[in-house]
Amino acid sequence: MADLSVKVAGVEFANPLIAASGTFGFGREYSEFYPLSTLGGISCKGITLKKRLGNPPPRIAETPGGMLNAVGLQNPGVDHFIENDLPWLKQQGTVIIANIAGNTYEEYAQMAEKLSDTNVDMIEMNISCPNVKSGGVQFGTSCEGVGAITREVRKKCTKPLIVKLSPNVTDIAEIARSAEAEGADAVSMINTITGMRIDIEIARPIIHNNTGGLSGPAVFPVAVRMVWQVANAVKIPIIGMGGISKWQDAVEILMAGATALQIGTCLFTDPYSPVKILDGLNKYMEAKNIKTLSEITGSVIPWT
Amino acid sequence: MKYDSQKFRVLHNKEIAPGIFDMWVENPELAELAKPGQFAHILVPGKTLRRPISICEADKTCLRLVYQIKGEGTELLSKVRVGDELDIIAPLGNGFDIRPDKTYCFIGGGIGVPPMLYASKQKQKPIVITGFRSKPLVILQGDFRKNNCELYLTTDDGTAGRKAFVTDVLNEVLDQVDEVCACGPLPMLKAISAICEAAGKPCQISLEERMGCGIGACLVCACAVRKNDGSTDYVHVCKDGPVFDSKEVVF
Repeated sequence: MADLSVKVAGVEFANPLIAASGTFGFGREYSEFYPLSTLGGISCKGITLKKRLGNPPPRIAETPGGMLNAVGLQNPGVDHFIENDLPWLKQQGTVIIANIAGNTYEEYAQMAEKLSDTNVDMIEMNISCPNVKSGGVQFGTSCEGVGAITREVRKKCTKPLIVKLSPNVTDIAEIARSAEAEGADAVSMINTITGMRIDIEIARPIIHNNTGGLSGPAVFPVAVRMVWQVANAVKIPIIGMGGISKWQDAVEILMAGATALQIGTCLFTDPYSPVKILDGLNKYMEAKNIKTLSEITGSVIPWT
Repeated sequence: MKYDSQKFRVLHNKEIAPGIFDMWVENPELAELAKPGQFAHILVPGKTLRRPISICEADKTCLRLVYQIKGEGTELLSKVRVGDELDIIAPLGNGFDIRPDKTYCFIGGGIGVPPMLYASKQKQKPIVITGFRSKPLVILQGDFRKNNCELYLTTDDGTAGRKAFVTDVLNEVLDQVDEVCACGPLPMLKAISAICEAAGKPCQISLEERMGCGIGACLVCACAVRKNDGSTDYVHVCKDGPVFDSKEVVF
């Protein structure tokens, strides 16, 4: 067995696979399939200061090689998470990451402060939810916005802070630099790419929110490109995500510069995909005589 | 809840009406767990999202899934051959709550008819009302008859059975039953719910929504419900349903 462990911002993960926020709830459903310790970590469903109902259905549409979603941050609120979900999650033998979203600096800072008083392992700041006006995306699409929100949350956040980046920007490397400059310990990327599908029988968007976030294999090359660009721009670790669905994809995004990775949409296709990805990674490392995953991170040799 | 994703062997997959297919799949470990009203979440090779299909019948080893071609995924499913294997998560969701001491009327409309076969088989001589748009789309009448039920057939255009809506028949038989279970198009379920509510009879309805994970993690298949305090909340068809008390549902 190869050593699949990784370290991100001082936090040890038994393996590089983290369930992506919004695809895994608070873990209970998938624990029917395998122990959650199968995963290196879990990024929990995005939480807000107060409970949110989310968007009216339909909230999902299939696309070639992927899907659109617009759940709209349905969640029970940060206090409910801390009281009802976190204690159980912390017993599962995996790294627990709280994913937070908000409307104002104060909301983000308040949640970071509350969560810093718990035993959650890391905080992932979502400033890239494309599906709600108050999902923080207003902070996530400019360098000034990302810098300012990171600075404010950093003041209250004593946990390792991951900033989750939006791909719906002109220059993601500049955005990542702003997060790093204001104290982010890591970045995770990419969130979904804004998209739209229309039901041609009724001339209505399939998703009630009209637009949604595109995920799945279709976005994978975009994720690889963006991870590579950011890896060349910052020193903090990158948690890569966006359409990873098989072990070859995992190797590829690590080569582009990721230290760990998140998987999401592939869980809907195959709940057992994490087990298969880990098995493939292990065999690849043994065949190539790779001792640690850090040897793969950023190992791509670009053409000059 | 117990569920898993496993391989099922396809034993049968035949068109029984234009665009409607009758499929039997085998997996003894999971099939025997099924209850009426639950569904199977089928991975169609090449597709990102699974297709949720209601369970039409189940025995110790097999599930019967009667489905309609609605898009690319179900079209691919219709081409699956006997002997092929399908990856299916099943059984999922909460089924109908059918009590031994109560009498029932089971109502199905269109492709909402198949799950009512499984549900109605739980009772001796139940009343079953099936409604379709037109004669070519009429399915499963022989299966219901084998089950010795009081069977009603309606079509919108009168080309088979009575030219009526299922609600017309329901109004005639409602006095004879304690409770109603229904599956079908939303306008039909809304009308049935209103009739039952007016008569003070409980009604369970099976809903459909575009789904992601199928197990309650991704929260996409939202259904608006009325809570006891009068407020509205979103619950999820896959995990909280697909069967709901009609009085809870906000149509």
